[in-house]
Amino acid sequence: MVWVNDIIQGVLLGGLYALFAAGLALVFGVMRLVNLAHGDFSVMAAYLALVIVGSLNVNPLYSLVFAMIVMGIFGYAIQRGLFNFAMDAGPMQAILATFGVAIIVQNLLLEGFTANSKGLDAGRIENAFIRISNQVVIGWFPLITLLVAVAVLLGLQIFLSRTRLGRAFRATADNQRAAQLMGIDNRHLYGMAMALALAMVAIGGVFIGIRTTFSPSAGPLRLIFAYEAVIIGGLGSLWGTLVGGIVLGVAQVLGDHIQQGWGILVGHLVFLAILAFRPQGLFARQAQ
Amino acid sequence: MLGQGQTQTVKVERYTRASRVALPVAAVIIIAAATIPAWGSSAVMKQSVTFLTLLALAQMWNLLAGYAGLVSVGQQAYVGIGAYTLWVFAEKVGINPFVCVIIAGVVAAAFAVPTAGLAFRLRGGYFAVGTWVIAEVYRLLVTKISWLGGGSGVSFNSVARIDRGTREAVIFWLALGVAVGSVVLVYFLLRSRRGLALTAIRDDETGARGLGVNVFRSKLWVYIIAAFGTGVTGAVIYLNLLRAQPEAAFSLNWSALMIFAVVIGGLGTIEGPIIGAIIFFALQQFLADYGTWYLVLLGAIAAGVVVFAQRGLWGTLVRRRAVDLFPVRRRLCLETVCFVEESPRQSGEELGKLTEGGFGSPPEPGSS
Amino acid sequence: MSLLEIDHLSCGYGHFQALFDIDLRVEQGETHAVIGANGAGKSTLLRTICGLIRTDPDRVRFEGQPIGQVPAHKRVGLGISYVPEGRWVFPSLTVHENLLVGGHTRRKGIWTIDKVYELFPLLARLRNRQALGLSGGEQQALAIGRGLMANPRLLLLDEVSLGLAPVVVEKIYEAMPAIIEAGTTVLLVEQDVGQALKIADRVSCLLEGRLVLEGRPSEISQEQIVAAYFGV
Repeated sequence: MVWVNDIIQGVLLGGLYALFAAGLALVFGVMRLVNLAHGDFSVMAAYLALVIVGSLNVNPLYSLVFAMIVMGIFGYAIQRGLFNFAMDAGPMQAILATFGVAIIVQNLLLEGFTANSKGLDAGRIENAFIRISNQVVIGWFPLITLLVAVAVLLGLQIFLSRTRLGRAFRATADNQRAAQLMGIDNRHLYGMAMALALAMVAIGGVFIGIRTTFSPSAGPLRLIFAYEAVIIGGLGSLWGTLVGGIVLGVAQVLGDHIQQGWGILVGHLVFLAILAFRPQGLFARQAQ
Repeated sequence: MLGQGQTQTVKVERYTRASRVALPVAAVIIIAAATIPAWGSSAVMKQSVTFLTLLALAQMWNLLAGYAGLVSVGQQAYVGIGAYTLWVFAEKVGINPFVCVIIAGVVAAAFAVPTAGLAFRLRGGYFAVGTWVIAEVYRLLVTKISWLGGGSGVSFNSVARIDRGTREAVIFWLALGVAVGSVVLVYFLLRSRRGLALTAIRDDETGARGLGVNVFRSKLWVYIIAAFGTGVTGAVIYLNLLRAQPEAAFSLNWSALMIFAVVIGGLGTIEGPIIGAIIFFALQQFLADYGTWYLVLLGAIAAGVVVFAQRGLWGTLVRRRAVDLFPVRRRLCLETVCFVEESPRQSGEELGKLTEGGFGSPPEPGSS
Repeated sequence: MSLLEIDHLSCGYGHFQALFDIDLRVEQGETHAVIGANGAGKSTLLRTICGLIRTDPDRVRFEGQPIGQVPAHKRVGLGISYVPEGRWVFPSLTVHENLLVGGHTRRKGIWTIDKVYELFPLLARLRNRQALGLSGGEQQALAIGRGLMANPRLLLLDEVSLGLAPVVVEKIYEAMPAIIEAGTTVLLVEQDVGQALKIADRVSCLLEGRLVLEGRPSEISQEQIVAAYFGV
């Protein structure tokens, strides 16, 4: 039963990773950009929520809406003000520009908030749980996180398949120049994709901030988890990222169970195993 | 003379006027630098080692990204492996630590083979993060293995026991050696046949493949060589530091260092990383007091340069003045016009000149 | 004022010059064919009109407005729709979604998705299929339909017949009268001279980047066309 509990905890953790992964995958899908500042943006969102909670004295879950909006606007601005130009310069330049931004964000946060760990206090919900048996206990908050992740992915899927802007995203992902010929302004579209990705990342950032603590240096590891979830799930597959996140979450929890402190390493090793034996990921998109 | 009776003589020029001047100047600078242990203070030597190793790291990263198009943010793996190899062979096996420096390179190169086997399955940005994850795996493994000192790290006692004057002098010379060696290595690598293949890959990977260049093997070679160079440099860095911790030895900061130096100086040239390392080092000295703001500024400069002066400072300079201190290109000299193999767009331009130069007449408008 | 005016247009890639001093007028409502051999500069010409290649502002005028510097995506909003050589359908989108993306600008006009299905009944049957699996002819029909969804005043067709079996080309061209009758001005580029002459009101011939012949198909002799096409 201990194993069952571990797997459940891993699945719940996977929901969190999927929230990070979906944004990374979206940006890559639409504009072929791997945003190395992705994790740092999620930490930035958590600090944003922290500031709002501190100044308005509200539950962090309310601050989430504000954080999403601000991160969305920020995403649009940085895409149009910097990343679009970097992408014009070349794919390598684009990666390096995001790397520069990652370092800037990390150090600005360090300057503004010190290296001390902070946490978001969401009150009673954090400790509430459902006891299924003596050994299987499901926390309400992790469960909510997973449900939110599923809802976000579902929303994203509906957005991509049913709306005009969503179809423009997919058309651009397929063939950017042809999309231009349909009257789609790719620079604006890239801005919107980054805005959407950072709004999603804000959800992840605030949720992880409630779940555990965070510090300015937490970003890189989140980028790595998001990335591993994407690769495990398979490039270009939306639901694959959820499965990838869950596989990673379960691997980490089980790894920690076998030997305390080995969770992250086991997660990495599972990722490498997938890379070695199924490099297209578990759910690679058929069409290409 | 072969072409005496003809109007055109063709020869392949592999040196530039600037390079003929640069070589003796460089030799004088290197010889002068080599005397530093005779008169420099301990602090000067320590700083010089920092600079020289930075130069070598930048040169190796430039080889990867600038020539093979492999943007790695996981080169810290080889700095760390270099440091820990040094420790294993110097402390556990008991080999002279200065000799271990070479072993460190070899071990790093050996680790590069399986690493490449995995990372090469990924492209572009995903390759970048992939190399980083693998570096993290190495770091975590070292932390978990208590024989390697675990998370608290290791000390280089055998190095510390060496008389201080000798130690500092030899470390300095080793650092000078890796710096000069990295430049020479890249220079000759690029002038070789493989270097030509690499330049072709850099300019147009699909085209190069079409011309029969084995892209995978060329990239693999570069990756292994860069790992070797980075491993050797990592060992020299830790000779100087005398203590290694996995957290620091496998830190992403090493990659940040290399990337910023190369990007600021100019990607895809040998001069770029040298200029970049000098600027980076100078910034470090001037801004060290500003703590994190210094990194913010560096990040901003790097992002700015990458976007708005893609060729970096050296590249921008060369564009204006056509200076080439380390000519790795073959220049085809036709009468007075020189054609330089370059990126496809430019070679298109050169081709245009070639046509005007008399190989073909401009197309006649069809009139009937 | 002509719908499209091109004056003294020269352009190329790097040092390769593809077009030399082109003057061209396309009148409202006419069907204008540009013919010429491979590499004559036909596609380059269309790309300067749709904005994939930018020129000096005044070289290309649409409804009297200089548009040489207007980016491609904005030209769609002005009423210029380009059906590219090679079709460029969106492979992961369904036929229906491809058409919807074609109407991204929401320009008003007579073309709706139902009208396009009426024009190409085969697309209606394939509406939920991914474009990836379509045959060349189906993709071409889709590309034209997608172009019409933008309700263009000027429709640019680039090498419609390229790589298609003659029977298929015939079928595609069967749709042309309906497009022309709807009042859409068509500028098409073709290697298949026969097809082009059948539907065009005016024809221009490009030879190595230069406009060497222009006139009404009825006024031009077979010999003139052959001479202009091959430059003999």
